[in-house]
Amino acid sequence: METVNLTSNSLSPEMQSNSDRVEKQSPAEKRAACLQQLLEISKTDGVAALSELQAHAAALASELAIPSTRDEDWRFTDLSKIVAAQFVAADGKASVSTDAIAGFVLPEARSSRIVFVDGVYNPELSDLSAADNVTVGNSDALATVSKHVAQLPGSEEVFTTLNTATFADVAVVHVAKKAIAETPLHLLFVSTGSNRISQPRCMVVAEASSQVSLIEDYVSLGSAQGGDGSGFSNAVTEIVVEANAQVEHSLIQREAMGSFHIGKTSVIQAQDSRYTNIAVQIGAALSRHNVETHHQGTQVETNLYGLALVAGEQLADTHSNIQYNHPHCQSDQLYKAIATDKGRSVFSGRVGVPKLAQQTSAAQLNRNLLLSNKARVDTKPQLEIIADDVKCSHGATVSQLEDDQVFYLQSRGIDRDSAQHLLIEAFAAEILLKLPVASLRETLTATVTQRTESAI
Amino acid sequence: MGSSEVILSVKGLTASINGTPILKGVDLEVKAGEIHAIMGRNGSGKSTLSKVLAGHPAYEVTGGEVLFHGEDLLELEPEERARKGVFLAFQYPLEIPGVSNLDFLRASYNARRKEQGLEEVDAFDFDDVVEEKLDVVKMDAAFLNRSVNEGFSGGEKKRNEILQMALLEPSLGILDETDSGLDIDALRTVSEGVNQVANENNAMVLITHYQRLLDYIKPGFVHVMYDGRIIKTGGKELALELEEKGYDWIDEKLAAGVA
Repeated sequence: METVNLTSNSLSPEMQSNSDRVEKQSPAEKRAACLQQLLEISKTDGVAALSELQAHAAALASELAIPSTRDEDWRFTDLSKIVAAQFVAADGKASVSTDAIAGFVLPEARSSRIVFVDGVYNPELSDLSAADNVTVGNSDALATVSKHVAQLPGSEEVFTTLNTATFADVAVVHVAKKAIAETPLHLLFVSTGSNRISQPRCMVVAEASSQVSLIEDYVSLGSAQGGDGSGFSNAVTEIVVEANAQVEHSLIQREAMGSFHIGKTSVIQAQDSRYTNIAVQIGAALSRHNVETHHQGTQVETNLYGLALVAGEQLADTHSNIQYNHPHCQSDQLYKAIATDKGRSVFSGRVGVPKLAQQTSAAQLNRNLLLSNKARVDTKPQLEIIADDVKCSHGATVSQLEDDQVFYLQSRGIDRDSAQHLLIEAFAAEILLKLPVASLRETLTATVTQRTESAI
Repeated sequence: MGSSEVILSVKGLTASINGTPILKGVDLEVKAGEIHAIMGRNGSGKSTLSKVLAGHPAYEVTGGEVLFHGEDLLELEPEERARKGVFLAFQYPLEIPGVSNLDFLRASYNARRKEQGLEEVDAFDFDDVVEEKLDVVKMDAAFLNRSVNEGFSGGEKKRNEILQMALLEPSLGILDETDSGLDIDALRTVSEGVNQVANENNAMVLITHYQRLLDYIKPGFVHVMYDGRIIKTGGKELALELEEKGYDWIDEKLAAGVA
């Protein structure tokens, strides 16, 4: 049985105190107990206006467990490190100075920034003076959008349920009908570390014919600011894109390398709307991004792009899911990953095209660059196509730096190291160049170069 | 011309790939102001020679020597050879998605200038430099903003190679089947480009299957490569002879032990 693993020297001090209890548990029981513990630790007063919803989710969560790799959706991503870890409540008391987040401020969104620390709004760190034609706030600004919270399909998923049951606050973005928010909005979620678990939550509603660009950004305090690089963020963002509205959504996960991040983006799109997601996953020891879009009308356009960078022993997992329900809709997906050292990247892309979704156009491509023979990539396209008059494509590639490309660059006077950097940057650039602000493009390109140094 | 500087001196060069010998003792001397053509069948070792001179890592040099301006070329990394003035126009130029042609050209141009002890050129000034060179190959400036060779037609890729050569002003240009697959307009453009770059201080080595290229670029020397060696050298009349008779007569001569 599993008990052979539980020798005393493999136990952390915290676990030793519970060792009698732990030894009697099966792995399944441990996964259930872990979730209950996370639920208990994360418990907050919640948001008054949503108390019924949160209580309902808490009841649901009490029946759930952390998934195992036997669960198809988690086949390649083993959560046992989360089960084994000991997290503590994010009590919201960690004090964070303006200086501590200065490095994360985007010049292009300096005054259209809302900051949440461990999932709780921090007005002192926020500056919304330039956020035009849009309502941005925390749960106090929920008002008319509260009815949308946790209403999208998939809200019963375990980590989403955990978040719904326990979030202390909500980041709210509400773009009124025909309003055009010119300045990108920076939603900055700061993790303070020290094994704190936080439950960041976002609710975005773009009303008919409106337009907005969001930058959802997960960061950890650096060691100079008191961060120790640990922690667990379990984030959920829901986005309602009403008729003819356009939402451009950049999602940057650049948390500390010792932390865990599980994030969900759930989108519902009405007719003639366009939603674009550009996700960059470069942080955390283990990260998962679930992105789901549900179509509720014709001529919907969905674009999902992503770049994952895994170095050291990082694992980054992206699960995309586009559910068509109407004719004449289209989607484009391009997910890229760079894996070096012992890094692991996982991609699963589901596209559902039922009978009534004729004239669908859906493209999906997953490209991976392996820079080390110990790195690993798992990729799984899942197309479920019932309609017969559609244009659907999918593909996955895994490649290494091509010697002939490196030689070509060398033959033009560019040294071997620079040539390799150039090729890696170029691979990443296809996604990074889609980001709407230059400062992020530059910062993230530099990170890619630095993190892949060991492969060159 | 007899007193011109020797740019390239190849003696008894042998090289193999994955243990298979391809070059079996190549001798070649190229002086400033000269244009050489190396002809031969597929598999005779022409392209291998060009790649070995440029420093392709897949080939192992097993013997012989190569001097470039009197310096041991084989000791140098590919990028060092390029900076010192060896230029290989690729038979199949690589596509580099995500790297802008303009940035690539500037990085390359500056690497060469740095080696020459000249000041590097910033993005702004480089626009003027490249603008002027575009005329050499009649290339549209729109190509500069695209990724290197990505989605270029065969002819556009070859023009881009000659544009690079025009920018880098090498002292030795090696053109590996630059003419293959080009229509007559592209062939003329590329040839005129090469003729504009060629001068009394540099040298060109054209590697080709077809005599047609030599209607536009006039070589002083034509070499025939066969089974990893240069077995015959002559003037441009040799190219015409090859065009007319094919390579079979060489087989016959070799069989008779004459060549």
